[in-house]
Amino acid sequence: MSVAAHDGIAVFTLRLADDCLVLSHRLAQWSSRAPTLEEDVALTNIALDLLGQGRSLYALAAGLDGSGRSEDEYAYGRDERQFLNCQLVEQENGDFAQTVARQLLYSTFQQHLWSALEASRDETLAAIAAKALTEVRYHVDHATRWTLRLGDGTVESHERMQAALERLWPYTAELFEDDDVVANGGVEPRLLRAAWEADIDAVLTEATLQRPEPAWAPSGGRRGIHTESFGYMLAEMQHLHRCHPGATW
Amino acid sequence: MAASLSTEGLQQEFDRLVADDQRIEPRDWMPDDYRKTLVRQIAQHAHSEIIGMQPEGNWITRAPSLRRKAILMAKVQDEAGHGLYLYCAAETLGVDRGELIDLLHSGRQKYSSIFNYPTLTWADVGAIGWLVDGAAITNQIPLCRCSYGPYARAMVRVCKEESFHQRQGYELLYALTHGTDAQRAMAQDAVNRWWWPSLMMFGPPDTESTHTAQSMAWRIKRFSNDELRQRFVDMTVPQAEVLGVTLPDPVLRWNEDRRHYDFGECDWDELRRVVSGEGPCNRQRMEHHIAAHDEGAWVREAAAAYAAKHAAVDAAA
Ligand SMILES: [Fe+2]
Ligand SMILES: [Fe+2]
Repeated sequence: MSVAAHDGIAVFTLRLADDCLVLSHRLAQWSSRAPTLEEDVALTNIALDLLGQGRSLYALAAGLDGSGRSEDEYAYGRDERQFLNCQLVEQENGDFAQTVARQLLYSTFQQHLWSALEASRDETLAAIAAKALTEVRYHVDHATRWTLRLGDGTVESHERMQAALERLWPYTAELFEDDDVVANGGVEPRLLRAAWEADIDAVLTEATLQRPEPAWAPSGGRRGIHTESFGYMLAEMQHLHRCHPGATW
Repeated sequence: MAASLSTEGLQQEFDRLVADDQRIEPRDWMPDDYRKTLVRQIAQHAHSEIIGMQPEGNWITRAPSLRRKAILMAKVQDEAGHGLYLYCAAETLGVDRGELIDLLHSGRQKYSSIFNYPTLTWADVGAIGWLVDGAAITNQIPLCRCSYGPYARAMVRVCKEESFHQRQGYELLYALTHGTDAQRAMAQDAVNRWWWPSLMMFGPPDTESTHTAQSMAWRIKRFSNDELRQRFVDMTVPQAEVLGVTLPDPVLRWNEDRRHYDFGECDWDELRRVVSGEGPCNRQRMEHHIAAHDEGAWVREAAAAYAAKHAAVDAAA
């Protein structure tokens, strides 16, 4: 199946919007549970930035796909199989190390993606990218600092951080998959891989951590195939909205 | 002899500053009881901000629109920020945050009883913003002129944000009372459940309040519990009318002679029960906070170890 350029950019935009919404939701689950009050504030900051990016992208997607859907129709009105986020962002929070690892791996990817999209032919997408880039630089910085502290902190924190990387590393393969959609719409993620790896390697080396060996490479998020815990996340997120069809809030 | 004379002089200077409505600053001499009262009050206030994140945080993952979700996340985050300012204000009095958290966990310091009630529906988020933040503002505006400088300054920042929260809560409820029948019912039910606990936020009646007189003399407090409660009722009743909800008090009515609303008596036994640990959520609020604190211990240890390691490296370089 080939995807027309116009549809390509719409699907590409929706994938990014879903990444933002889902990762924001996972981070928001930390509220009142973080290791320090400062970190509670910081995680919510990142969650709010991502939610804001997601909302801008849904508005753009509604124009691109011609559906004119509202942001809430995208967020609350679709089922699991219609969400196009990568599987990395839907992974459960786990311990704090797992949350930090997920953020480092994804935000570094997102930073390169937004940089490339600043030059997008779609002016709205380019503008969203420019604004998001300033935010994501902070997210990368935040995740980097914690990776260093945990990697080079205590024996326990080092072990937890290494375990978190091993646990999440397989899900990074999907970030760099190309298909018809990206070929015709956005940025080809394959092209971002080398720069992403160089950044991650630099952080891991300074943090005295090992880059996991590539092995199992699950995939499917971009086609609406998700992990089991994602269904529960959506069920919780959507239930109230869906209980009151047509209501405004 | 010389020492006691100078203490007397210091006390006179302190009394003069307070009487002139000047601010007492951390390096100024202050009576031990003044310091203790402030630590107790500021710590209780800080604990209330952070325990207060739980009932509303309970709805973050279920917020029914992305706009409401963003507002709620930002609000709960503000409360964490309030906790931070207040712990910092308490630290200027020579205690540290860790110590205060331990006192909270061992039950020797308290937090506002209002947060021991459950948030059962989405409308509770609105009722908390409107009523609980509204009551908090009524309590806190006079604290912006508190005699202790760091506390007064923290309150100025806090009050600005609380008034946003109150408006957002009101607006949330307004959307419900102008929505479907189910939404209207949800809003009314939440107001019914939160009205009386909100009135109890001002503390016991003046006849039973133990700390009021001394705190007034020290200008930590400026109005009595009953005065503030009346002020809150007078402010809130007209808002309820605009919202289109009723308040669950059969004797509530305008008294032209007093130029105030008359209102019913709170269930003070209920307040005593909730304060003493028998509220619907006391146990779970404390368990939640202790669990998060304990689960975060290895992270805080790692951050400290990393900082120490790198301070040593930097010093050697
Ligand atoms: Fe607050
Ligand atoms: Fe508030």
